[in-house]
Amino acid sequence: MSKQGKMDCGRRRLIVATAAVGGVGAVGALVPFVSSLLPSERAKAAGAPVEVDISKLEPGQMMTVEWRGKPVWIINRTKDMLDTLPKLADAVADPKSEKDQQPAYAKNDTRSIKPEIMVVIGICTHLGCSPSQKFKKGSEEGMGGEWLGGFLCPCHGSTFDFAGRVFKAKPAPTNLEVPPHVYLSDTRILVGEDKKGA
Amino acid sequence: MAAGNFEKYKSDGSIGGNVLEWVDARFPATSLWKGHLSEYYAPKNFNFWYFFGSLALLVLVIQIVTGIFLVMHYKPDAAVNANGVPIAFASVEYIMRDVPGGWLIRYMHSTGASAFFIVVYLHMFRGLLYGSYRKPRELTWLFGVGIFLVLMGEAFFGYLLPWGQMSFWGAQVIVNLFSAIPVIGPDLSIIIRGDFVVGDATLNRFFSFHVIAFPLVLLGLVAAHVLALHETGSNNPDGVEIKANKDENGIPLDGIPFHPYYTVKDIVGVVVFLMVFSAVMFFAPEGGGYFLETPNFYPADPLKTPPHIAPVWYFTPYYSILRAMVWNFFGLPAKLWGVVGMGASVVIFAALPWLDRSPVKSIRYRGPITKVMLTIFVICFFILGYLGTLSPSPMGELVSQICTVFYFGFFLGMPWWSRMDKFKPVPDRVTMK
Repeated sequence: MSKQGKMDCGRRRLIVATAAVGGVGAVGALVPFVSSLLPSERAKAAGAPVEVDISKLEPGQMMTVEWRGKPVWIINRTKDMLDTLPKLADAVADPKSEKDQQPAYAKNDTRSIKPEIMVVIGICTHLGCSPSQKFKKGSEEGMGGEWLGGFLCPCHGSTFDFAGRVFKAKPAPTNLEVPPHVYLSDTRILVGEDKKGA
Repeated sequence: MAAGNFEKYKSDGSIGGNVLEWVDARFPATSLWKGHLSEYYAPKNFNFWYFFGSLALLVLVIQIVTGIFLVMHYKPDAAVNANGVPIAFASVEYIMRDVPGGWLIRYMHSTGASAFFIVVYLHMFRGLLYGSYRKPRELTWLFGVGIFLVLMGEAFFGYLLPWGQMSFWGAQVIVNLFSAIPVIGPDLSIIIRGDFVVGDATLNRFFSFHVIAFPLVLLGLVAAHVLALHETGSNNPDGVEIKANKDENGIPLDGIPFHPYYTVKDIVGVVVFLMVFSAVMFFAPEGGGYFLETPNFYPADPLKTPPHIAPVWYFTPYYSILRAMVWNFFGLPAKLWGVVGMGASVVIFAALPWLDRSPVKSIRYRGPITKVMLTIFVICFFILGYLGTLSPSPMGELVSQICTVFYFGFFLGMPWWSRMDKFKPVPDRVTMK
């Protein structure tokens, strides 16, 4: 504003234009900083598939392998364990695995390729804790009389059955994720790849 | 009352006087000293609750000084060393065992973190008691809420650095909170972590935030908090404005200079505080497992969550609110509501100046409804905090849901219950009871 109370519109436009160009420059300067926060090329390159030998996994046992920094559980389910699954169809949130948390070949009643062998990422779909084993029935695990066995997330109390299906009214929104995996032979599994010879 | 309207210092001819005159002509030394200390008039009726502002400042200094020395020995590196121990974890053990005096500096810092929250919670409670957030001190309050938020971030980032089990899984959970945000959530959590899992990238950026970014913001907010306070002048236990009654020199009749009166009073507070602080630091530095949690003495293991994981005590009330949300309201997942509830429970403090509609500020002149509501709120805060330290259970879930309703009821119902409540006449001048 000039002393006479008149505005020099030409100069005002110049100020606005200068500020706008400066603003664009400032936003542009953010690009390298924000992009540096993204996973690095090295982080992206990590995550090769993992080969697992399950020949020593007895029925009722579970083993954990690391894939992409996450625990992958392989559970050799007994017949008793498998028999609990149909009984829980009304108690779990997504009994038919409608939500996309597994490859198509694991979208079945047992959420697995072979009925007894469960391969699942042991990370709770709520906030990423690793649930703990509560394989025994009922009060033996301090879980109440109706408990048929499965997993309990220690962080926020989500519970899962032996197929990694989440129970209703728990914080976890979806079933545990089944990673892509394939049988190289009867007792060897490749976790992280679908196709043989990859 | 703000700095700036004070006469420049005139030398008495001594060397010291000449130096001060020279400085004062070039820098507002006298103005700052008088405006914020020797001629900043604070109400004469401050009580016990008014210790905690200056104590918060003391703890801030303790944290900065101890932090500077810890960084000289700490290494933010998640790679494992020759002994198979993550380097970050090993460097903390090195500070504890091999650096002369390192254990003491580290315990000062870890005890200081909890002390910071104790002092800040008491400071905030003082605000609730005496209506310190009310007009004209809304901005002081908002800067304070900002400080509280930054402090929570600072504590969270710092807790990852020892790279213990609780560090790792705590960070895993909190970063995953962001993934609950619709659309941008999953990408946002990847940007925060810098990787698809919590790892070395996460540790390094949290270190950067903890030692540089957040302390800078914190210092700026503390300065703004104090400046805003000194612009309006302090509230007091009676909630009356001392500036309404001034003498012929424009000095509030009920005001006394902050220095020396309150600096001396605060020294008493500092001495008592440091006695308690030292007792904890020397005799119970782990705070019974609440200040330093047991699983954090094990190195981070990405494959195994500890059987019982809980945040540090100062986060547990909000954590309980997170856990209390188990319903899919409006077709949105419970996970999102948990995150929203947790965030809202912290941020809602910022709305207090506009929620409180009572004609009086201080609880001394407010009626039974205010006292009952505040008591329920505090009890619920403690219950939520206690439940947050426990493993999830059906009973705990129900109780935390009830307490969550009361917690938010306190705030959201305030426009009504604060207006409904009876109130007593407020005196013109402060009282000395």
